[in-house]
Amino acid sequence: MIGWIDTVIQGVLLGGLYALFAVGLSLIFGIMRLVNLAHGDLIVLAAFVILVISRALGLNIFVALVLAAPILFGIGYALQHFLLNRTLGRDILPPLLVTFGLSIIVQNGLLEAFSADSRRLDADALETASIALGGGLAVGVMPLMTLVSAVAVIFALNYLFYRLPLGRAFRATSDDPEIAQLMGVDNRRIFALAMGLAMVVTAIAALYLGTRATFDPSIGPARLLYAFEAVIIGGLGSLWGTLAGGVIIGLAQTIGAHINPEWQILAGHVAFLVVLVLRPRGLFPRAVD
Amino acid sequence: MALLETRKLTAFYRDFQALFGIDTRLEAGETVAIIGANGAGKSTYLKAITGLLGGEPESVWFDGKPIGALAPAEIMQLGISMVPEGRRLFPSMTVEENLLIGNYGRSVPGHWSIEAIFELFPRLRERRHQSSTTLSGGEQQMTAIGRALMSNPRVLLCDEISLGLAPIVIRDIYQALPRIKATGTSVMLVEQDIVQAMKVADRIYCFQEGRISLTGNPSALTREQIHVAYFGS
Repeated sequence: MIGWIDTVIQGVLLGGLYALFAVGLSLIFGIMRLVNLAHGDLIVLAAFVILVISRALGLNIFVALVLAAPILFGIGYALQHFLLNRTLGRDILPPLLVTFGLSIIVQNGLLEAFSADSRRLDADALETASIALGGGLAVGVMPLMTLVSAVAVIFALNYLFYRLPLGRAFRATSDDPEIAQLMGVDNRRIFALAMGLAMVVTAIAALYLGTRATFDPSIGPARLLYAFEAVIIGGLGSLWGTLAGGVIIGLAQTIGAHINPEWQILAGHVAFLVVLVLRPRGLFPRAVD
Repeated sequence: MALLETRKLTAFYRDFQALFGIDTRLEAGETVAIIGANGAGKSTYLKAITGLLGGEPESVWFDGKPIGALAPAEIMQLGISMVPEGRRLFPSMTVEENLLIGNYGRSVPGHWSIEAIFELFPRLRERRHQSSTTLSGGEQQMTAIGRALMSNPRVLLCDEISLGLAPIVIRDIYQALPRIKATGTSVMLVEQDIVQAMKVADRIYCFQEGRISLTGNPSALTREQIHVAYFGS
């Protein structure tokens, strides 16, 4: 029984990581209807940026994250401003093709710069620290921080969207880009800011990705897949839904692994398919689409 | 010098020409109505002024400066605000949020604030926390007008504000226009409802198939003239 409770706890905590992967994707799709196929590779890129800063300056990875965040914001802003804004229009194919190409470029660029070796972000004593829950149960501090960070990121984004003028501009652009312009909203700037913001969230996701397991330039597409599944399970446009989606995949994976270690990944995908069959619009779809 | 002027304004939808050299003037403090049948080019004309169609720099002038090639957000920041056809409120937002987004690009001191909008349309105060999708057509139109006023515009463009509304609601909405005008805002109305338009306008332009077929002071125009200009001879 303890084994099952532990499995569920670990699944929920793992869901925090998948939610962090997914929030950036959800943000971008929600605001500009852009499906960013390079999202997984951008998470890996962010992990390398944190790695380089932490190694070069001899900093703790959390401090390195604080320094990496503005750099990644800038990368996201520039990417949208100079490249992706040009692909947006009525045709959905150009952004798909361009972000697919970007995914290949980022992967190969990272391979060229850092080789195919596996890396890790070193969180020192935190990596092994755990909190005893009693009854032989314990949770790792890092997995717990991952889930807490996911919840905090979603709280912060919801605060931005529902309380601040910039957030209203994001929502207005998402609702009706033409009319948003008549409110003085410069859509292209809003899109660039959104991509910058998504990259900051990506950096947070990358920190936990890099401390949980090793990473190398090729692992991006699989992260994209988990992110996609979490977004779609949750229902497009709802960040809390995205968190729920992440938790469902996390739970399915740990439960699958508990039954048979080979089933871990498969169980996550099966859970996704089941939700898709039962609730094609996801668990928490937006009322207005 | 007119506050807002179009000079030989043309507009195209791909190969289809919707406007053929439109010359119009709106003086400061004036209310001008654009009337005409469906498809005459009235809404296209407003879209061209707001920058949504992207045109020649010197086809639209505002306060003595050419604005025809500016982006919609830049034009709004200068003080030209629009109530779009069909209201087009932001569906994910409440009434209050729809009003608040109205001055996102232009926040200047002036008569209009959220409180002033609630005084103009008291029903909106009761509905302020409701989703804009739950409002009646009239309330939606009031919100759309309020949203456009929030930026204290110098020119308010209104596209078919009576469309699809009950006569009693149309009356309420048109009663607000003189109060808007009294704050110094110039108004450009596009209307199919000739009667309403003639009541409030200082001057009218009648559009027919993308051209101006008649212009003048409503009191000086005869029914016959308007009929011919509206429907063709």
